[in-house]
Order: sequence, then structure tokens, then C-alpha cells
Amino acid sequence: MDMIKEFYSGFSIMNQEVSLVLVLVFILLADLFLGEKGKKYLQLSAIAAFALNVVYGFTLTIGSTYEDSFAGMYVTSDMHILVKNILNIGTLLVFFFAHYWNEHENKTQSGEFYFLTLSTLLGMYLMISSGNFLLFYIGLETASIPMAAMVAFNKKAQESAEAAAKYILTAAFSSGVMLFGISLIYGTCGTLYFTGVTQAFQAEPLQVMALIFFMAGMGFKISLVPFHLWTADTYQGAPTAVTAYLSVMSKGAAAFAFLCILQKAFQNYPESWQNILWWIIVVTITVGNLFAIRQKNLKRFLAFSSISQAGYIMLGVIANTAQGMTATVFYIFIYLFTNLAAFGIISNIENQTGKVGMDDYNGLYKTNPKLAVVMMLAMFSLGGIPFFAGFFSKFFIFLAAAQQGLYLLVFIALLNTIISLFYYLLVVKAMFIETSDDPIKPIKSDAMTVIGLAICTIGMIVLGFISPIYEYMTSISF
Amino acid sequence: MDYTILLLAIPFLMFLTIGLLGYKMTPKFSGLLGTAGLAVVTALAYYTAYRYFFTEFGQAAEGAWETNVMFNFTWLDLSNANRPDLMIKIGMLLDPISVMMLVVITTVSLMVHIYSMGYMHGEEGFQRYYAVLSLFTFAMLGLVVATNIFQMYIFWELVGVSSFLLISFYFTKPSAVRAAKKAFIVTRFADMFFLIGILILSYYTKTFDFQALTAVDTEAGHATLVFNTMGGKMFMGLSVTSIALLLIFLGGAGKSAMFPFHIWLPDAMEGPTPASALIHAATMVVAGVFLVARLFPVYFFEAPDVLTVIAYVGGFTSLFAAVIACTQTDIKRVLAFSTISQIAYMMVALGVSKYGGHDGLGFTASMWHLFTHAMFKATLFMAAGCIIHAVHSNEMDAMGGLRHYMKKTYLTFGLACFAIAGIFPLSGFFSKDEILVAAWEADKVLYWCQTFVAGLTAFYMFRLFFRIFFYEEPKYEHHTPHEAPANMWVPLCILSVYTVFSGWFPFSKWISSDLIGYDIHTHWPIALGSTAVALLGIGIAFALYYKKNNIPDRIANACNSFYTWASHRFYIDEVYLFITNKIIFGGICTAIAWFDRHVIDGFMDMLGWSTNTISEETKEIQSGSVQQYAWLFIMGVITITALALYL
Repeated sequence: MDMIKEFYSGFSIMNQEVSLVLVLVFILLADLFLGEKGKKYLQLSAIAAFALNVVYGFTLTIGSTYEDSFAGMYVTSDMHILVKNILNIGTLLVFFFAHYWNEHENKTQSGEFYFLTLSTLLGMYLMISSGNFLLFYIGLETASIPMAAMVAFNKKAQESAEAAAKYILTAAFSSGVMLFGISLIYGTCGTLYFTGVTQAFQAEPLQVMALIFFMAGMGFKISLVPFHLWTADTYQGAPTAVTAYLSVMSKGAAAFAFLCILQKAFQNYPESWQNILWWIIVVTITVGNLFAIRQKNLKRFLAFSSISQAGYIMLGVIANTAQGMTATVFYIFIYLFTNLAAFGIISNIENQTGKVGMDDYNGLYKTNPKLAVVMMLAMFSLGGIPFFAGFFSKFFIFLAAAQQGLYLLVFIALLNTIISLFYYLLVVKAMFIETSDDPIKPIKSDAMTVIGLAICTIGMIVLGFISPIYEYMTSISF
Repeated sequence: MDYTILLLAIPFLMFLTIGLLGYKMTPKFSGLLGTAGLAVVTALAYYTAYRYFFTEFGQAAEGAWETNVMFNFTWLDLSNANRPDLMIKIGMLLDPISVMMLVVITTVSLMVHIYSMGYMHGEEGFQRYYAVLSLFTFAMLGLVVATNIFQMYIFWELVGVSSFLLISFYFTKPSAVRAAKKAFIVTRFADMFFLIGILILSYYTKTFDFQALTAVDTEAGHATLVFNTMGGKMFMGLSVTSIALLLIFLGGAGKSAMFPFHIWLPDAMEGPTPASALIHAATMVVAGVFLVARLFPVYFFEAPDVLTVIAYVGGFTSLFAAVIACTQTDIKRVLAFSTISQIAYMMVALGVSKYGGHDGLGFTASMWHLFTHAMFKATLFMAAGCIIHAVHSNEMDAMGGLRHYMKKTYLTFGLACFAIAGIFPLSGFFSKDEILVAAWEADKVLYWCQTFVAGLTAFYMFRLFFRIFFYEEPKYEHHTPHEAPANMWVPLCILSVYTVFSGWFPFSKWISSDLIGYDIHTHWPIALGSTAVALLGIGIAFALYYKKNNIPDRIANACNSFYTWASHRFYIDEVYLFITNKIIFGGICTAIAWFDRHVIDGFMDMLGWSTNTISEETKEIQSGSVQQYAWLFIMGVITITALALYL
């Protein structure tokens, strides 16, 4: 009896997971049992239910130290809660942007879209909060497999199917490599608990190899070079709402989980992974930039941009300090608003006109000044131009890395921001300076998109200036 | 926090309203709106002054004054365990000098607002003019009530900007643009020293706060604990405190047009005359004096050597500017040099002052002269504005005999001339007398110098007076000059009242270096001496300029080269031009430009070129084939493992 009681009491610190599961079940049931008439309200009720969950998430607090349950399988802290809340905000924004698409092209399957998206979100929660490689792996797969279905959501479009095929194949491949790495860790350490690995990890060659295999799997999720090759094809082929979700949430969750595991399980031999990560960062930022320059399709363009952004996020991970964690989470937070603003506009325009090429955006300012200005803000923020939020997030992450003496790395990253400015400004140039014979017609955005874009715009402009956010993150970092 | 925040909020709000919505208003409405707003501010300032000086609010004890901080927001918190007080705040500090400045600024500003309704009538950009006037008033009020030196610096720059905007008001005139640039660059250059001074001072004292900086430890006879950490630190033969305070003074010298930063002020006369009256005569230019007064205990206790420098810079500037003023023919230029000379007078008074009771006479005299000078110089400028309005020229040759046409202007201008010359019983007599007494007690050289300057002042002011209102009448071809409209002469008359009576205020009861009131008496030998010198100056001016004659030309010819030098302002501008054009632009900047063009731009071009090339070469990797992706993936893992294990 006591055992059962103890088992159930483990759920008491899993509030966010439990409430998300409730939302999931609600959507599933609603989708099943609502009649023809009720279906009209399915989307609204799904968004409303999830919004409640978002609000609920912000009421939670644990304390800045770890709490765990299920014998250390599951861990949480204020930072974990905050990261999940950040992911929640992002998911809600994606829902706003996807609303129009669901309404017009996906009428019959919109319930599935919400269900699949939230399933991956649940997987990310578990990934972040795991205290054991096994739970971590389950979380990772829960986040990956429904994602493939989401990428293939435009069943009739061949490119969507192709993107999904490439995604699931490479995902399976990287999962294999990662599982191999995890099994080697188990073989050499005798445990899968992070706390146990900390004790047993001695940086012996086999262990280092295991670590690298594990990192390769994570590199796939975060799309670090050379494990990034799927990114561009998948981002381009997937429905834009899914691409947005993939580029921000999937990446952010994986980056934070990666940071936690590296800092927890491998904390005694940081140089064993820092040296590798150093090179990965350099290559990732540079390659992402080099490829972004040539892209003519905006989704593909943002895919490479997000690869290079992932490299910047890793700067906070390599710092291996509480400050680095703060900077990473802050970066993800800002990146979320910025990148979703860009994707929100792309999906808005794509949904209504079908255009995604950079040349299609020529003269956008003349016909759609508001969209063009928001897009410009997003590009400025991604490029890190003062005084948009992106500047502050880059500043903090550079600061975190520089504090650990990684000057050369910061210098290389700075050089790359100059290159990145070039291609971000290409978009601005297209919108504001170029003229077009066949410009995008003035678009009437739907209410949900407008709300989403407004939130993103406010985020990009003011978040950098609201110092309590960064200070709060500092206070709960570990 | 109480109503006092309105003192800053209303002008700022006026600036925003008129600045942003002015294009939708008629010019008249925008002017009335600005004037009404300022009238409220003026009423509040007078109420504050009444409350401070006549109720318990301002009194710490019998005859001693309280320093009241009305509000103090933290704007930027730079504190940590080592420096718990280092914060930049925005607040309002009321003590005798800031309350006095509130009165001066609002009075002159209100008069200028009313006067400009007539003077600027029909000008293009009327709304813009009123918007900037409001901005200036806001900035100047923020400057004088600053609770800390950094707030002062922020508003200091803001007054600089609004001064720039007003000088360049006629921005289609190249000379106005040049003058505005010159004023901005010169004062900004001086402000750089100010900022460095602030940084040094705050680095060592760990505070920006005026109260902390100036609180005096009377028992030890040493300015406060905050300076203990600075004691003994030397740099280039001076203590660090002295260097910091000297740099801060240089900032003040820039705004207050002390030699050698005086060159911008005469050119600043390109702006509209009422703006000159407000900014370049009464308020902004005395900011430097106010700055030194604000930090006076620090200067006195921590850097008496700098105070001596201030006294001598002031003495030299006042003499220098007075000599130039005697040779100028543009009436606004004469007034500009006179302003420089009079501000330098105030600097001398601060420089020779001591601390506490009657020893602090110089401090009181300086602030007193600041007050009286603001009133009579604003009167002079606004009267000059009426004259320019009437004859459409700044040159003396276009004037003469105007007493017949412009009675009110003639009378007020005359009164102000007597005031600035220091004739009993007008205000200038008292304030100037106290400055001379303070100089006599401290330094005889400065006393004789300033007495001589007093004579010169009387001479050039009455040269101006006789030249404008008497002398020979030129042919007024187009139309005969006429008196200005009521909204121009009424402010003149109001200011004349201050010009006449402000000498009778018991300033020493109110304003003193240690916040404790004391008694002063007119020092008759010195007063008689200076009056005699002033009368002599007036007499010479009368002899030379009452009627047209050729004596002035003969004198000018007799001291030919000196006269030429003086009328060309001793070629200081040319020296500046040589330094900036030949040495800085021609020498240093060419090298920097080469570096920028070839090394910096070259590096950027290289970065762009190599990025582009590599990008072109490697695009094949992203082929779209999943087999190749998997291949690269596993090769990546193997390569990294190999590198990690064998390197």
C-alpha cells in the first residue's frame, strides 16, 4: 500500500505534464465526439484549453533546487518549469499562426494537428525533466515520431511526404547512433542515472566515444553541423506551421536538455565535451551562414539561419556555468519570439498567396507595410542589431562564453554575426528597396495571426529592456 | 513626491504636444499653449520659492536652509557590495540656489515666450520654435534641480541640443547652420572633459549624489568621507581630485563660454533674438557657474588650486571679452561679448570665495550677480530684439537717434545699461559691488582687473546706448522705425522691474556657501571707487558717441594694430580653424581615413569575398540525397571520435 502511495505521490511534482496530458485527452475526445456543428469550435476550444494550461504553468513554483520523483527518474526545478513555460508560449504562438491554415486546408484533420503537436510537447517536457538516460530517450522519441507525422501533414503534397521521409529516416539513423552511445554509457558506467554516470564517468576512450555518439544524436535534434543535413529539406517541405514549431520548440527543448545532461552527467570532465563542442560550434555557425547566403526560398533560408542560431545557443552550453545556463535560456526565449515572427509572416503570406521565394517579397513594403515592418524587426533581431531583443540575447551569450575565457570562439561568432547581417538584410532590402512587377497583393490577416504577430513584435522590442526577466532567470539558474 | 514634479512634467509635455501635434495647430494656438503651460510652471516655481524661503519647508533652523529632495527615482542601478551608493537617479533637489534658478529660468522663459509671440510672428516654423523653447525650459529646469551629477550631465546635454536647435532655427541660412555646428561641437568638446571628470570623481568617491559629495564635515574642516579614498592619489603632479574637478570645470567653461571655449557664443547670435535672450544670456550660459556653485564645497576643500585657476580664467576672460566688446559693431555681438565678460565676473566671484558665513561672500555675490545679470541682460537682448525688429539690421550704422521713435525700448534699454554699468541704486550696483569686495579681500590683482573691466563695461554699454538712441540718424528709407507691439514691450517692462529692484533683495540671507544666512553691508570705499570708474566709462562714451564726430576713428587709427586685433576677436577663431582644418583634418584624419578605407573596409570586403567563394564551392554537400546525409553523419561521428581520442 505504501509503495502505491509513494508511486502516486511522484506525480505531485509533475503538474505541467499532468495538465498537458489532460489537455491532450480533452482534444482527443473533443475531436472524436463533437458533431458536425461542434467541429467548428474544435480549434478554438483546443487553443483555449491549451492557453489555460499555459497560464497554469506560470502559477507553478518549486524552489531553485532540484526536486525529484520516481527514484530520481524525473527531476524538476524552477528553471525546468520556466523552460517548459517558454515552450508553452511558443507552442501557443504556433497555434495562432496555424489557425488559418487549419481552417482552410486541414478542415477535417485539425484535431489531429493539435494532438500531435502537444504529444511532441509532452515528449519535450520529459526530455527536459529526465534524470535518467532511459526516460530521456523515451521523451526524445515521443518528441520525434509524432513530428514526422506533422511534417507529412500535407498528405497530398509530394514535397511534404518527401520531407517527412527524410526526417524519419535520418531521425531513425541518429536515434540508432545515440542509443548505441547510451548503451556504451551503460556498459562502462553500470548505470543510466545521470547522478550515477557523474560518478562513473572517467573520460576513458570508450566512454568518450559513447559521449560523442550521444552528442551526435543531440546534434541531430538541435541541427548542429555535421548532423544538420536533414534540416533544410525538411524545413522546406513541411507545412510552415510545423517548420516554425520544429525550428524553435524542438531545437530549444533539445538544447536545454543537452545542457542539463552535459552539466549533470558529465560535469567532472567538462573538457572532454567542451573541446568537441568548440569545433562543432565554429563549424555550425559558419556553415549555417555560408549556406544561408545562397538561399532563394525563405523557409530554406530560415532553416540555415536556424542552424547558425543553434550554434550561438551552444555558446551558452559550452560556458558550463550558471551564467551560461541563464544566457542559453534567455537566448531561446528571445529566439522564440523572433523566429516565430518571421515564420508567422511567411506562413501568413504562403497561406494566402502561396509565395515563399525571396524575390516574391520584392516591394512588400509598398503593399503590406505592417507585415514588412514586423519582418524587418525579426530580421534585425535575428541579426542582433541593437536595441532589439536579439541584440541582448546575443550579448549575454557572448558574455557568458567570454567569461570562461573562450575569446577566440566569441571572436569567430562575432565575425559570423557580420556575415549573418548580410543575408538578413537581403530580406529587408527585398521588402523595402527592390521593386516588383508582380508584388504580393495587400493581405487581410486573420485575427489569430494578428494576435500572434503582435505578441511577437512586442516581445522583440521590449523583452531586451525588461531586466527583471533576465534577473529572474539568473536567480534560478544552477 | 508632490506637485514639484509638474515643474518638469509640464514643459516636457508641452514639448511633446507642440512638437508632435504642432503641424495640426495654428501658429498662434501653439504659441499660446506653450505660454500658458509655462505660466503655470512659473506660478509653481514662485510658489515653490515662497514655500522654500518663507515657510518652514525650507528652514532647517533659524536662518539656515534645508536641502530638500522632493523625489529621486533610480534610473540605473550600478551598485554592488563595493559601491552601495553608485546609482544614477533622476530627482529633484531644492536648496537655495536651485530654487533661485527655478525663479530665474521660469521668469525669463515666460517673458521670452510672451515676447516671441510678437517677435516671431509670421515666421515659418513658429510651432517648432515653441516646441524647442519648451524642451529647453524642461532641460534647464532638470539641470538645476539635479540631485546627482549624472542627472545634471544628462540635462546638460539636453540644453546643448535645444541650444543647437534654436541657433539653427533659420536653417536655410548657411551662417546659422555654421554657428549651430560650431556651438554644438565646441560645447560638446568641453563636455567630453566634463564626462571624464564625472567618471574619475565617481570612480573614487563611489557616488554621483550631490548631497554625499558636498556634505561638509565641519569639525575636521575637511569635505566629507567620500573623499578620503581619493586622498593622496597623485597624477601628473596634481591630486586626482583636482584633476577630476578641473575637468568638470572645463565642461562648465564650455557652456559658460570661458576662454578659450568662448568662440561659440558670439556666433550663436545667429539664432532668433528672444532665444538668445533666454539661452545665450540668462540661463544656459550660466550653467557652468551653477555647476561650480553646486560643487563649491568640493572645490573649496578638496581642490583650492582649481578654484584659483577658475578665478584667473574668469578674470582673464572678463577683461578679454570686455576689450573685444568695445570694438564690435553688431549690437548682438556686443551683447554677446558683454555676456561672456559678465559670466566671467561670476566665475571670478566663485574663484575668490571662501567657505562659511561672511567668508563665503564671493559665493553669494556670484549667485546674486547671476540673478541680476539674467534680468538685465534678458532686458537688453529683448530690447535689442525690438530695435532689430524696427530697423531690420544688427549693425550700429543702421541705427541712431532711435529715442524719438521707440520710447519704451529707449527707457528700458537705458535702465538696463545703468544696471549693468553698476550705477546706484540699480541691481547691478549691488551684485557687482559684492563681487569686487570679495575680490578685494582675496586677491588685489583680480580686484584691480575687475574694477577696470567694470569701467570698460560701462564704456561699451553706453557706446552701444548712445550709438543706438542718439548719435546721428541714418536715412530710414523704407519706413520710419516704430515701437514694437505690446506683447513685446510688456515683457520688457516686467523685466525692467527686476532690473531695478532685485538689488534690494536680501540675498545673503538666502544664499550662502554653507546654507546659513548672514548679513552683508555695502562696502562704501569700494562701491564709490567702482561707481567712479563706471561714471568715467560713461563719460568717455558720452564724449565719443553722443554726437557724430571723428574722434573714435582717430583713436582706432592711433592704436591701429591693437584695434584690428581686438575687432577680429584676437584671431582666436582663426587659431581654432588652423588646428581643426590643418592639423586634425589634414594630418590626423587623413591617416585615420586611409586606415578605415583600406584596412577596415578591406577586411570586410575580404570577409564578404571569402564567404561568397566558400559558399559557392561547398553547396554540393547539401544534395538532397538521404544516403549521402547518413554517410556524412556517420563520417562526422567517426572523425570527431578520432580527433577527440588522438589529439
